Amino acid sequence: MAAPESSAPAIAFRGASYKPPGGPPLVDSLSLEIHTGVTLVLLGRSGAGKTTTLKLMNRLLNPTAGELMVEGKPIGRWDPIRLRRRMGYAIQDVGLFPHYTVERNIGLLPAVERWPAARIRERVRALMVLVGLDASLASRYPRELSGGQRQRVGVARALALDPPILLMDEPFGALDPLTRAELQSEFARLQKRLGKTIVLVTHDLREALLLGTEIALLESGHLVGLYSPAEFLRTRDPLAAAYREAFSAKNGESRDPPPPPSGGFA
Amino acid sequence: MNLLDYLIAHPREVLTLTLEHISLAGISVGIAILVGVPLGVAIARRPALARTVLGAVNSVHVVPSLALFGFLFAVPWIGDRAPRMAILALSLYALLPILRNVCAGILGVDPAVVEAGRGLGLTDGQLLRRVEFPLALGVIVAGIRVGVVLAIGIATIAAAIGAGGLGELIFRGLAMVNNSLIFAGALPAALLALFSDLSLGWLEGRLRERV
Repeated sequence: MAAPESSAPAIAFRGASYKPPGGPPLVDSLSLEIHTGVTLVLLGRSGAGKTTTLKLMNRLLNPTAGELMVEGKPIGRWDPIRLRRRMGYAIQDVGLFPHYTVERNIGLLPAVERWPAARIRERVRALMVLVGLDASLASRYPRELSGGQRQRVGVARALALDPPILLMDEPFGALDPLTRAELQSEFARLQKRLGKTIVLVTHDLREALLLGTEIALLESGHLVGLYSPAEFLRTRDPLAAAYREAFSAKNGESRDPPPPPSGGFA
Repeated sequence: MNLLDYLIAHPREVLTLTLEHISLAGISVGIAILVGVPLGVAIARRPALARTVLGAVNSVHVVPSLALFGFLFAVPWIGDRAPRMAILALSLYALLPILRNVCAGILGVDPAVVEAGRGLGLTDGQLLRRVEFPLALGVIVAGIRVGVVLAIGIATIAAAIGAGGLGELIFRGLAMVNNSLIFAGALPAALLALFSDLSLGWLEGRLRERV
């Protein structure tokens, strides 16, 4: 599961843009390196280009200019299906298959990869334990679950093939604040155990500081800055400051998270 | 009770014609499904093509059914045998609701669910088989249900070109001004339509409640 070259970043944007036909660019010459093992948070308001940036990584969208490299290989040379199966994908609330039980939702990719049934069952059971889902929920349908349980299923499904990279688009966005805080801190523990490269989209600064080892602040398709959580709390960038202010008004003092293992980003 | 007289006196004839009727409508709907489902999936992916194809199939419904049966005399091979003509005409009628609902059903699947599937790494075929088609099935069955009722109703007119079916009794009754004869054709045809409608309606409800 190691990257072809250990020095190559897991994902690298090289001046990548995405401009839909007849519209303004949603992502504008973005250069960004995401190193193996980090959790990069894409932070920004609605319309800042966070989700577009994420979808460029698994080729749900193709850049209209510039280039992306995944594990040192230009993204255009990856088979999109193989690429996506190396990147778990979890999105806000709605993405579960409503006609599949929890078990089949989580086991879908292993089934598509033609794993033997016993191995799939075992994998599903292990994943349900990992994300804190009771085994009795295996035969339930998504509509019979609470919002928090659905999110857990979404995360388990994204982890099914044990992908080295995990893409998450506001995975805790649709939850009530209490459940969200619970899931966030649980996920922070999970993250340490998994040691995966994670890219997480959010507009929630608290989430960014709790889960991110790096925070990429986006605004109208541009990268405003790349910070460690500690740097984000200190930087004088007006947009970052505005974020801090908006959240301190809402949440009171945030405690400083520990600094990331290494500094100095491209 | 004179309306039931003919039915009671000639149960075997009514039964034979009913079976003919079922096979006319059944084969036609079968063909319409075989053509309509793949074609509906194909046009769901191409909106421009969808308009053209649905427009063309829709235009069949503009032709009065009796006239359509008449036109088919001129078609080689098809025109040789009355049941062939009837089946072609009925398939064309049943095609529209099936095609339209397959297309609408596929397009009606929550785009977030489809995108999640694609993002997870399902191929187009896997996405169709495992996600889009099962989720669209309730709507598709609704289209088949309309097609079946339509085919059973219009199949009575197929007797006018000698294709058989319960329409024979109705046309004969009309010519002889014999209500009991008309009734012997109309009652089983109505019951067939009703029964198909109810059973497919039940199936549709079952499929939709899963979603």
